[in-house]
Amino acid sequence: MRILIRNGRVIDPANDIDKTADVYISDGRIAAVGSMNDFQPDRTIDADGCLVVPGLVDLSTRLREPGAEHKATIGSELRAAAAGGVTTLCMPPDTDPVIDTPAVVDMIQRRSRQLGLVGVYTLGALTKGLAGETLAEMDTLKAAGCVGVGNALRPIANSQVLRRAFEYAASCELKVFYDAEDAALRAGGVAHEGAVSTRLGLPGIPETAETVAISRALLLAEQTGVSLHICRVTTARGLELIQAARERGLAVTADVGICYLHLTADNLLDANPDCHLLPPLRDAANRDALRAGLADGGVTAICSDHQPHDADAKAGPFVATEPGAATLEQWLPLTLQLAGHAGLELPRLIAAVTSQPARILDLAAGTLTVGRSADICVVDPLAPVEVTADQGLSAGRNTPFAGHTLKGRVRYTMRRGKFTHADESHSA
Amino acid sequence: MTTPQQHDPDNNSQLDAQGRLRHFLTTEGLSRDQLTQILDYAETFAGVGERPVKKVPLLRGKTIMNLFFEPSTRTRTTFELAAKRLSADVLNLNIEASATKKGETLADTLHTLEAMHCDMFVVRHAQSGAAHYIARQVAPHVSVINAGDGSHAHPTQAMLDVFTIRQHKPDFSQLTVAIVGDIAHSRVARSEIHALKALGVKTLRVVGPRTLIPAGVEQLGVEVFHDLDQGLRDVDVVMMLRLQRERMAGAYIPSEHEYFRRYGLTEARLAVAKPDAIVMHPGPINRGVEIDSQIADGRHSVILQQVSHGIAIRMAVMAMTLGRQGGENTADEDAG
Repeated sequence: MRILIRNGRVIDPANDIDKTADVYISDGRIAAVGSMNDFQPDRTIDADGCLVVPGLVDLSTRLREPGAEHKATIGSELRAAAAGGVTTLCMPPDTDPVIDTPAVVDMIQRRSRQLGLVGVYTLGALTKGLAGETLAEMDTLKAAGCVGVGNALRPIANSQVLRRAFEYAASCELKVFYDAEDAALRAGGVAHEGAVSTRLGLPGIPETAETVAISRALLLAEQTGVSLHICRVTTARGLELIQAARERGLAVTADVGICYLHLTADNLLDANPDCHLLPPLRDAANRDALRAGLADGGVTAICSDHQPHDADAKAGPFVATEPGAATLEQWLPLTLQLAGHAGLELPRLIAAVTSQPARILDLAAGTLTVGRSADICVVDPLAPVEVTADQGLSAGRNTPFAGHTLKGRVRYTMRRGKFTHADESHSA
Repeated sequence: MTTPQQHDPDNNSQLDAQGRLRHFLTTEGLSRDQLTQILDYAETFAGVGERPVKKVPLLRGKTIMNLFFEPSTRTRTTFELAAKRLSADVLNLNIEASATKKGETLADTLHTLEAMHCDMFVVRHAQSGAAHYIARQVAPHVSVINAGDGSHAHPTQAMLDVFTIRQHKPDFSQLTVAIVGDIAHSRVARSEIHALKALGVKTLRVVGPRTLIPAGVEQLGVEVFHDLDQGLRDVDVVMMLRLQRERMAGAYIPSEHEYFRRYGLTEARLAVAKPDAIVMHPGPINRGVEIDSQIADGRHSVILQQVSHGIAIRMAVMAMTLGRQGGENTADEDAG
């Protein structure tokens, strides 16, 4: 199959390309970007007015399978991912059972390969059962295919265990994906500690729940030499700590979830449980600092932080609901919509959802380099996307953006030269 | 962009299309006029308890369910008394997490109870936001009164406190009020702050150790003090809050003894307040922990008046929310 994607604005940050060009695909690989003689396409896509970018690479997508199939399944979420322009994603280890044995990795790989929609990678558990007490069999998990290890949203209270886990992960040459939250400072909290939590009488999570944990992780990373990635930074102070560690020579990366770049604790004022996230949505100053960090490189990548839930999980008073938002299908439009904020040009934003996360995961993905697998997303940046709670392919209806019209409709998603999503409506 | 859909703005969900109280969930967002209307209406009920026949027929034929997911004696009793004095039928249901512990969701519990055709739920629940959530679930003719949700709101308690203040100090614009104690966990304090700010008190202070003062509270329009002597200087009204024993286990304060030493209200402490200052407490009192017996039983104390005013306030709120179709009835017109 030979495919020609004509006349789109090709943005390929890894190769520093941002120009109107044709993309040639042959045998599932990128054959050329620009022009190519004697190419007889079997199919031609007119991408006039669209962006042609690498397929998105998501650092954190919860598929909910195994263990929470009442919320979502690998099938439902991979279809949603493909519709959202995603071609590669990484799952945190907090499934049930936890990803701490090769069997779970195998099961996830087998199910996702059958579908063939998205390349699925897994993080293994850092501690057995994510209990924070004993080490998981990291080398076995690495052999089974895990691209890194982490403890998801289960903080490791014991610093000695964390130190040993870092040391052992470093020995196995595994990167640690660390969700920075201090167990005790977070305990019981559901909202950013500040004026909004005070007004609503909600138990707060102070910024120090994150910054204390980041400090500890950075110091232990310096001591142990582990390769560290900090997941879901939400605070300005956290970014400062990370930047200071970099200046001391530590090669540490960091990501933010897409919701945290748009929403703040003020969005809790109407008690919408879909805005119940962990870590919590913080105030506008922190949100602005995350945007600035994205512009100056302090934030390495943006992830969807997709967490689909069933209706029951989001029913009840705010404190009684489960945290997390379903975001996969809004991830790219919400990212594109950041363009225009100071220092946030499209190539930088596209890099944050393609080449940068691929680099963090050490995967040959997220670029349109000739010869690489043809993982491509064609998106019309001006076409409206109406978000309603009951539309979309994800089984999770828990989007904080229901009722909004976003811009950025994914027209085509291609993985390994095959279309995994095609929206031929072209209504705009 | 990026304000999510305002599907239920907190402050207006308790009003109906005509701007009348349909539920009573919070004092936040209510105007001075709306609050004054509640207080004025409560005045008309204040004498009912002293009549030989302590009943008015305003809510005859209505069924009110006291739905208490958290234990309470005095609040439940005054709600029950208020409902009975309005001639409503009252059911008391102490759920205390029994049904909900069995895996039944709050919504399921509610729909089951609603099938019994109640007209009003008076709800107390340990989780902030529970009353708002329940108000969103009930059928259109059903009203919900918040009898305390988590650390969020306790609007009838705040209104009876404000009612009591008004009886002693009618001009709010001249008042300095101090709320003392565990502000962080207090739904009473939050509801009082919203009501007193809306009614235009001159100065509103909160006093307590940093561990019990919630973050950003000054954005609600209060002045923060950590020293009781400074916080009480020249105040007209002192509102003491109850200290829960679990605060010691949570490492908020070291001991009751030390709390009393630093924040307990004594005659000596009260000396810096205005000579005619009144002292209030929502009860039940921890004598010798937050307040000295001499003060609780002394000439400044209006604590027992608060309790009887609670019945009038609850009658007013019940009659206003359930009696909306009937227009502006008063107890005098309808007493018979």
